[in-house]
Amino acid sequence: MEHLTFTYPAREAVARRVHIGVAGSGDLEVLLEPSADADAHVAVTTSVDGFGTVWKHVLDRFFTRFDGAAAIEINDCGATPGVVLLRLEQAVEALRA
Amino acid sequence: MSGTTVRERFLARRSFIELDARERARALLDPGTFRELAGPFDRLKSPWLPLQGVVAQADDGVVIARGSIDGESAVVASIEGAYQGGSVGEVSGAKLAGALELALRDFELGRPVRPLLLLETGGVRLQEANLGLAAIAEVHAAIVALRRHVPVVAVVAGMVGCFGGMSLAAALCSRLIVTRQARLGMNGPEVIEQEAGLAELDAGDRALIWSLMGGEQRQATGFADVLAEDDAEAIGAEVRRAFAAAAPTPRSERVEALIARLAGIDGERPPEPAALRALWGETRQ
Amino acid sequence: MNADHGLPANGLRWLEALTGSAGLLESPPRTVRVADAPLGAEAARFIAIVPDPRNRFPRARAGEAGIDEALGVAREVRRTIAEDVRREPRPIIALVDVTSQAYGRREELLGIHLAGAAAVDAYASARLAGHPLIALLVGKAISGGFLTHGYQANRILALDSPEVLVHAMSKQAAARVTRRTVEELEQLGERVAPLAYDVRSYARLGLLHRLIGGVNAAAPGPRDLERVRAELIAAVADARAGSRDLSTRLASPAALACRAASIAVRRRLAEQWDAP
Repeated sequence: MEHLTFTYPAREAVARRVHIGVAGSGDLEVLLEPSADADAHVAVTTSVDGFGTVWKHVLDRFFTRFDGAAAIEINDCGATPGVVLLRLEQAVEALRA
Repeated sequence: MSGTTVRERFLARRSFIELDARERARALLDPGTFRELAGPFDRLKSPWLPLQGVVAQADDGVVIARGSIDGESAVVASIEGAYQGGSVGEVSGAKLAGALELALRDFELGRPVRPLLLLETGGVRLQEANLGLAAIAEVHAAIVALRRHVPVVAVVAGMVGCFGGMSLAAALCSRLIVTRQARLGMNGPEVIEQEAGLAELDAGDRALIWSLMGGEQRQATGFADVLAEDDAEAIGAEVRRAFAAAAPTPRSERVEALIARLAGIDGERPPEPAALRALWGETRQ
Repeated sequence: MNADHGLPANGLRWLEALTGSAGLLESPPRTVRVADAPLGAEAARFIAIVPDPRNRFPRARAGEAGIDEALGVAREVRRTIAEDVRREPRPIIALVDVTSQAYGRREELLGIHLAGAAAVDAYASARLAGHPLIALLVGKAISGGFLTHGYQANRILALDSPEVLVHAMSKQAAARVTRRTVEELEQLGERVAPLAYDVRSYARLGLLHRLIGGVNAAAPGPRDLERVRAELIAAVADARAGSRDLSTRLASPAALACRAASIAVRRRLAEQWDAP
């Protein structure tokens, strides 16, 4: 099990908090809420070790299209990058709903 | 029913089984009344799973929500079958028992609450063993105490079903609603096969499993009250009906009847499932 | 399927030692034993589940709590409630040495889960009716067996003996399910408290009222019996002085430490129970 943290610059405030997903096998849950400061912070807990670089790529990609100052907690149980992006996008959708 | 055709109703059907725990709770409460307690952002996580390299979900796999059912104050406890097989650990067990205990306290304060349990669980979470088991005992205690005030209604929908110590909880409830896809049993088929051998039970034989412990068999032999379609509206209607009806004598209280109906049965050669339906089938109330 | 040290024998042993009777009932099953004996100034009812190799169901012949056992216990506990409905509800002592629930196809078909619920219902109802319900762990207290016979008690007492094991699944079954060795499971129990089998680790969880040391579980002598009777009498008084629910299991110093999450969850639920 690994803990990974990432920080990204942000431009917009995040208005509320949203929760997406289930940390079941091959899946993940996402908790997204306003950040305590002006940046976006991501804290990943994952059951699969050694994929730090992959996580960075996925999150880099996500943050090219999202610039909210969000504190994002991810509890991951071996999801593929595609599923991770899907859940993050669902979280953003829920934020804008 | 006015207006809606059979086709319209079919198209409007929404699978209950495909909903996650939170959506199931929301679907069965009156629209707009769902309010989650001790939710993911409270971050009441398992203290024990991370010690064993298992990722802790922020709600530990149980959703507790207040709201109303048919306008009456209610609390729903919904187990997430997709997280650790819906197994009960310390925190998830405390959410289940704690919600029921608070409902009981409300009755003592003269404030009725309708308790609804959505059971999608393999039983005790082995990674939390003794604390999961103790929590289940507390759930049992709370159901028996609460039943004196109000029907305790449970739904087992599938596909995980309801097993282990939580199957006793289902059997303690005043009214039990199941679907055809549901299973209800004390021991999971895999564990029986493992402990007693393939000849005793082939866990891969789905037809056999459902013939023994599937929703239809259970309802036909008196272990469940209602066999419902896998449809959120249909299940919601059964839940409302269960609360509106007069509280029945709970099946777990009918000891003499249970002993009597087992009396003639040969332990070495018991009846086949179909024959048991003929023996034990009860007329629907 | 045999238990690792042979058939559980301490339930019957302690029933005979404490009551002078083997507790055989007039009607079956032979696996449920009930005997009355004085405990201090009053009469108490002692209940044990014991093995019988001639049991009706083949999968319940080695001391498991099967359908007949659970229903037998339910019947006897309800009989006790009925007998005492117009007087001081007497103490009920569950002597616990059960390998687990029974695992079998017939058990599932015929509804062992409901039989277990009937026993739970009866014991909980007795407690709610004011019977001081005491569980004395004298051997194995495993999973469905313990839920069915003992876990609804006001107070749980245990002999401090290596024969007393508490868990959600027998070691052998758990090893098979998790694909580990028994040794690995035991090591895991040393690291993660709720996973341990031994009674001393169980005592750390805060669920136990009293761990009775210095008593011979397999062959109790007169001094052992005197000690245990005194502990039972004290537990009965303590139960009568307290509430009829299971809230003491969250109140001990051990519980405050090891069940802190259980307490925090209840507090958070209470805080949020009413709409803001």
